Amino acid sequence: MNSADLQLNLHPVLPELLMVAATAAVMILDMFNRKGRTPTKAALPWVALVGVLVTAAASIWLIGQPVSSFQGMAINDTRAQALNLVVLAGAALTILLSIRYIPNVNRQTGEYYALILLVSAGMMAMGSATDLMALFLALETFSLGLYILAGLNRTDLRSNEAAMKYFLLGAFASAFFVYGAAYIYGATGSTRFDLIANALFDGKADPSLLAIGVTLLIAGFGFKVSLVPFHMWTPDVYQGSPTPVTAFMSVGTKAAAFAAFYRLFAFALPSEQATWGPVLGALAILTMTLGNLAALRQSSLKRLLAYSSIAHAGYILVGLATATSAGIDGALFYLISYAFMNMGAFAVIILLERQGEMDALGNRLNGLAQRHPQVAMLMSIFMFSLAGVPPFAGFFGKFFVFAAAVSGGYSWLAAVAMLNSAIGAYYYLRIVVNMYFAEPTEETRIEPQQASIPLAFALGISAVFTVALGVLPSLWTNLVQSGALNLVAMR
Amino acid sequence: MTLSIPYLLTIITFLPLVGAAIVTLVPGDGAKKWLALATTLVTFLVSLLLWTNWQDGYAGMQFVEDVVWFAPLGIRYALGVDGVSLFLVLLTTFLMPIAVFYSVLYVEHRVGAYMALMLLLETAMIGVFVALDLVLFFVFFEASLIPMYFLIGEWGGKNRVYAAVKFFLYTFAGSALMVVAILIVYFSTGSFDILALQKAQMPPAVQTWAFLAFSLAFAVKTPLFPFHTWLPDAHVQAPTAGSIILAGVLLKMGTYGFLRLAMPVFPQAAEQFGPLLATLAVVGILYGALVALMQKDIKSLVAYSSVAHLGYVMLGIVAMNAQGVSGSILQMVNHGLSTGALFLMVGLLYERRHTRMLDEFGGLWASVPVYTGLFLVVAMSSAGLPGLNGFVGEFTIMLGAYNYMPIFAVLAAAGVILAAWYLLTAFRKMAQGEITNPANDREHLKDLNGKELAMVIPFIILFFVIGLFPNLFFDKINPSVEAMLETRAAVLQQATAAQTPAFELAEIIATEAQ
Repeated sequence: MNSADLQLNLHPVLPELLMVAATAAVMILDMFNRKGRTPTKAALPWVALVGVLVTAAASIWLIGQPVSSFQGMAINDTRAQALNLVVLAGAALTILLSIRYIPNVNRQTGEYYALILLVSAGMMAMGSATDLMALFLALETFSLGLYILAGLNRTDLRSNEAAMKYFLLGAFASAFFVYGAAYIYGATGSTRFDLIANALFDGKADPSLLAIGVTLLIAGFGFKVSLVPFHMWTPDVYQGSPTPVTAFMSVGTKAAAFAAFYRLFAFALPSEQATWGPVLGALAILTMTLGNLAALRQSSLKRLLAYSSIAHAGYILVGLATATSAGIDGALFYLISYAFMNMGAFAVIILLERQGEMDALGNRLNGLAQRHPQVAMLMSIFMFSLAGVPPFAGFFGKFFVFAAAVSGGYSWLAAVAMLNSAIGAYYYLRIVVNMYFAEPTEETRIEPQQASIPLAFALGISAVFTVALGVLPSLWTNLVQSGALNLVAMR
Repeated sequence: MTLSIPYLLTIITFLPLVGAAIVTLVPGDGAKKWLALATTLVTFLVSLLLWTNWQDGYAGMQFVEDVVWFAPLGIRYALGVDGVSLFLVLLTTFLMPIAVFYSVLYVEHRVGAYMALMLLLETAMIGVFVALDLVLFFVFFEASLIPMYFLIGEWGGKNRVYAAVKFFLYTFAGSALMVVAILIVYFSTGSFDILALQKAQMPPAVQTWAFLAFSLAFAVKTPLFPFHTWLPDAHVQAPTAGSIILAGVLLKMGTYGFLRLAMPVFPQAAEQFGPLLATLAVVGILYGALVALMQKDIKSLVAYSSVAHLGYVMLGIVAMNAQGVSGSILQMVNHGLSTGALFLMVGLLYERRHTRMLDEFGGLWASVPVYTGLFLVVAMSSAGLPGLNGFVGEFTIMLGAYNYMPIFAVLAAAGVILAAWYLLTAFRKMAQGEITNPANDREHLKDLNGKELAMVIPFIILFFVIGLFPNLFFDKINPSVEAMLETRAAVLQQATAAQTPAFELAEIIATEAQ
């Protein structure tokens, strides 16, 4: 071991450290609360928000100074920072959505915000991990936090069920992951991505052990990003969790798991691409098709968005099947777009929920446009963007991801995905039809809540970015510029 | 010395968008209406600068703007007009004020949203015709769906929601594969530049698949038989102004796509599938005309006549010779004007009688002579009477089709006869004979007033101008068409030249191996 290995460079984990610091700050502040002397409760979300923003600034500052540290277990390249920004955008919007919502669900708001920050830290670590052990650590950090968040509403049976289901299946997924990691270690003699890649390159690996290992890892990731056939938990957990948590889950988990997914396959297993590329392609097709077909039949808005999120996982996987840098950059653009449009959609659902409710049926949107034209217009923007209609961000998300697929020789996959997005258009459009062209009945006519200022702000930000990224996609790519997303170089 | 105006095309394209924003912000329905009308009028006047500053005889793109839009993929914000697109832009800016003025008079429900959507639609439509980058083209092409969807769904007839959803999903699904085709083309040529692509050589397999995907998108939009089934629903349910724009401009996006992209960018595949497309076009001409003959609702009659008329346009485009293409371009304008005017006339009658059933009318000559006379002119323009605009376009297309494959010209000519038949039948049922229904008599039915005449007269003037002085238009269209066809011929020649030696070489190797 030389001296360079011993040097502890904290740069790669600076954003994660900041998030942990913010977590600590929220928890300490919350302690004062319990004594009932200083009313710090109202300040908690804002402290958390400041923590998120400071971390985002640090992430942006780190762009362009990539360093590997912890003996090659973590790296802070631009893609890690891009992932950080996706997660942080999701966390910031979640906090804004929670300010009025969470106190109605659970009084321990301090724990809630602390957990959101800690979970974010775990998600961010997923993107910078370059070692199976570090990756597992990150995976568990964010998963454990999310299990608690899913069951936040202790008096609601559905919330309990969601937490239980999520925990049990998540534990299985983690077990699969560890088991797969063990097999890969057995096959290659290392858990570090670069050493795994070297071992494979030298032909030293045992192919059957490796195959089992990779299969188990795919299963583990498949659970986290809800790929078919590992998606069973998604609708129930999405429906049962408090809505801001669902929103956060749909954006953050997906982003983190996909970033790690990519890094593992592109850094550790590039030589095996010909084997697992088609497997991922097949999984992508299964996932998007089943997600879309199931979404067609949903009446609950949260279940609909759950299946829609499964379908979107399928689209993103298309970009990863090629394991090119264009694929991951496309996927990251997709994820940041998805963060804004999906967060926006969930914000509207929160407005539609009655006191104490944690879901809303689609027909509650009926006639919304007449009573609340602004909300209906924003929701339409989110829906058209999710469907992939230009000039909204969702279109370029699909365009970049499918471009990577076509450049990697997966035109057939891109074609199937586009046909799928035409199916998807139907159920997004149905929401628009409900809002604009359907008359509310007595039963479904429920006045949406008056939006709180933070929620209105979150809605506005989501809509602005959904449009802005659709009109000027370079806003994002310039920010996380690294000469990446350079498909021309890929040709 | 002509004045050069920087960013003229950007101004024309996005002026309506700015107008839409203002319309949303100002209070009061009256103000919204007049602001929307003012926006479309100003856009029209500004677009006339394209005509006055036009460089005659120049075949390439004029008023070009070109900035990087998304550098990593080389996507550009590139705009320009040439003889192929000039009149489509002008058609759009001409039809919009009329459609909006009609709406000013007759739309009362949620005026602000309606006007804003009309203006958004105008931006998308102009954008399609001036875009020189494939991705930019696609963005405008798809973006036009959203405002039209809302216009049909909110302000349409009884079945409006069904029609709106069908319209959206049909066209969205049709263009889904085009995205993949665009990417395949990009990765085989390295460019999204439409003009560069027209000159590029592409492998035959790429051409075939990409051509089919592009054609599907445009065939649905045009609509080409058998992809037309969304059209009658959309047309019959759309509000009058929506129908004018849908028939007048939106359908042209499909034929324009064939003309600008599918046919010249994939010349070999286009040659291969040409006869198939021509057959579909002719089937559309005859089928559309025959179905139109059976219609009892005037609006669906006009809708089916659109299927027939766009069959002609397609036939001329598929012919890919100078007469065919130039005729098609003029015929796109003609169809926009004639059918736009027909929908306008039908709408004006509907506002009075709240029915469009032919049986409900009769004897209108006696009660509303001005209306009836103008209706006859419009119908004759649509039927292709010599001296009016329709004749010039159809005749030129026939020439082109005859040079391509005579059988198509012969069959298409039968369509002209059918067109005269269904239009005259409709006219006879409406205008001639005794007044059988008291609602049609002079006391109940008012003739056109000044405002309504102001909408109809510009159409009539243009019918005669195009019909009598077609060269005013052909002079601007032809150079660009000829240049495009020359490029295409050169690309085709190169492709055959490149293939032949390889083929011979393979033969030589094969013989030597023996």
